[in-house]
Amino acid sequence: MKARCVAVAIATVMASASPVLAASEPPPGAAACSGCHTSGAASASVSRLYGRNADEIMTAMTGFRDGSLPATVMNRIAKGFSDDELRAIAAWLAAQK
Amino acid sequence: MGINHRISRREFCGAGAATAAALAFPLPAFAQAAARVIVIGGGFGGASCARALKAIEPKLQVTLVEPNKTFTACPFSNNVIAGLRSIEAQQFGYDKVAAAGVTVVAQAATAIDAAARTVGLADGTSISYDRLVLSPGVDLRFDALQGYDEAAAAKMPHAWKAGEQTLLLRKQLEAMDDGGLVVIAAPANPFRCPPGPYERACLIAHYLKTKKPRSKLLILDAKDTFSKQRLFQNAWKELYPGMIEWVSLSQGGKVNAVDAATNTLITDFGNHTAQVANVIPPQRAGRIAEIAGATDKTGWCAIDPVTFESKSAPNIHVIGDACLAGAMPKSAFSANSQAKTCAQAIATLLSGGSPATPKLINTCYSLAAPDYGISVAGVYQPKNGLLADVEGAGGVSPADAPREFRAREADYAQSWFSTVTAEVFG
Repeated sequence: MKARCVAVAIATVMASASPVLAASEPPPGAAACSGCHTSGAASASVSRLYGRNADEIMTAMTGFRDGSLPATVMNRIAKGFSDDELRAIAAWLAAQK
Repeated sequence: MGINHRISRREFCGAGAATAAALAFPLPAFAQAAARVIVIGGGFGGASCARALKAIEPKLQVTLVEPNKTFTACPFSNNVIAGLRSIEAQQFGYDKVAAAGVTVVAQAATAIDAAARTVGLADGTSISYDRLVLSPGVDLRFDALQGYDEAAAAKMPHAWKAGEQTLLLRKQLEAMDDGGLVVIAAPANPFRCPPGPYERACLIAHYLKTKKPRSKLLILDAKDTFSKQRLFQNAWKELYPGMIEWVSLSQGGKVNAVDAATNTLITDFGNHTAQVANVIPPQRAGRIAEIAGATDKTGWCAIDPVTFESKSAPNIHVIGDACLAGAMPKSAFSANSQAKTCAQAIATLLSGGSPATPKLINTCYSLAAPDYGISVAGVYQPKNGLLADVEGAGGVSPADAPREFRAREADYAQSWFSTVTAEVFG
């Protein structure tokens, strides 16, 4: 049994290190963005976030969250995320094509 | 590597050992080479999930089972009813879904054998799965209001599934004389698109105000409160003064029965005879969910908030309007958001991992007029076995916003529809 559980630990580490998953797995909340923010061709009204600079995204989100940047809906959404969560989302969005 | 994707969570320790052993040998096609996922239902939930599965793990065999060749979207169908939009603008095909590598089967699913993990199709054949996703939307309950059956719906349209019913309600409004009474019967919670009946009232009033200004609109409601209530009621006063009347449950608004022959809606307090009657009946999860054993006594599907796996039917996940998603409303945005979360969880489960705790988002726009948008948003996370609101986040548009703000939200509403339909069907 002990040997099995060690094997499980190895398998788990190897699964999480799989390049396919690491490249594509969005952090909590990030997958929802593309409902409004296109992952395809740019739209006129709502900005495309894929490939944007992560610091820019982070600055915008924290500004929406504390009310220093005007927003219609992003202020209400940004309040649902911590700094760490926002940083992870910004980094993931920046890494998308 | 069939053995790896047929494991249950209880067998995980043993299967993990097998996986580790397999990794010790150079097997290039290791990851879920043959894992099969079937998705039933090609709406915002199902089509999103099928595409997301394929995008996350291209090796998965993903099959989308959907009998209709054309999908007609509900969001923005109130604009069709109001004469502001063509039905064609609501319609999408599955060519791009197929081009993304999803096998699209244009048949109805009629049976599910959860033990054998097979889905039976209308033509008598069956297909096997390792994981099944149900996204069947809602069925209208034709047993809930006395006199309101499918035949009555041909006279008193529900227009709560977009398509012929949408066009029928449109035609009835066009044929109505100026000075007529339009009645909307709204159901108790939960139901598809909680702000939908009230947006519909606005956009019908927009049409009436423009073309038939002596007409009235009455909402008979089985509830005392509704989504975005203050915003809608302010908009009714501001945009359509004297035209819309809302009768709540406690004021006797609940419709108990209808008489389709005379277009009459019957409440405890009296009868209302309408020139145009739009009866939105109570709903439940699409029938296939019940066949799968995924529904509870409410007629909806209880799910695990991390994986969207059914609480009663193992290896079967339920997303979209059919599932009980706690605080998340039954919206197309929710369905799309849940679909992507569920796809990630399934890919992780099939590779032997444990899905991460997700966060989900919903944003629902409604139009009070073509240039007057309002919204509700929320952020959700698993809590006590349900999806709960993240405290401090979400809420509705401000009550005191200027018209320019409403115009911007109307623009964002249009933009959302273009973007989400491009992601799902484009």
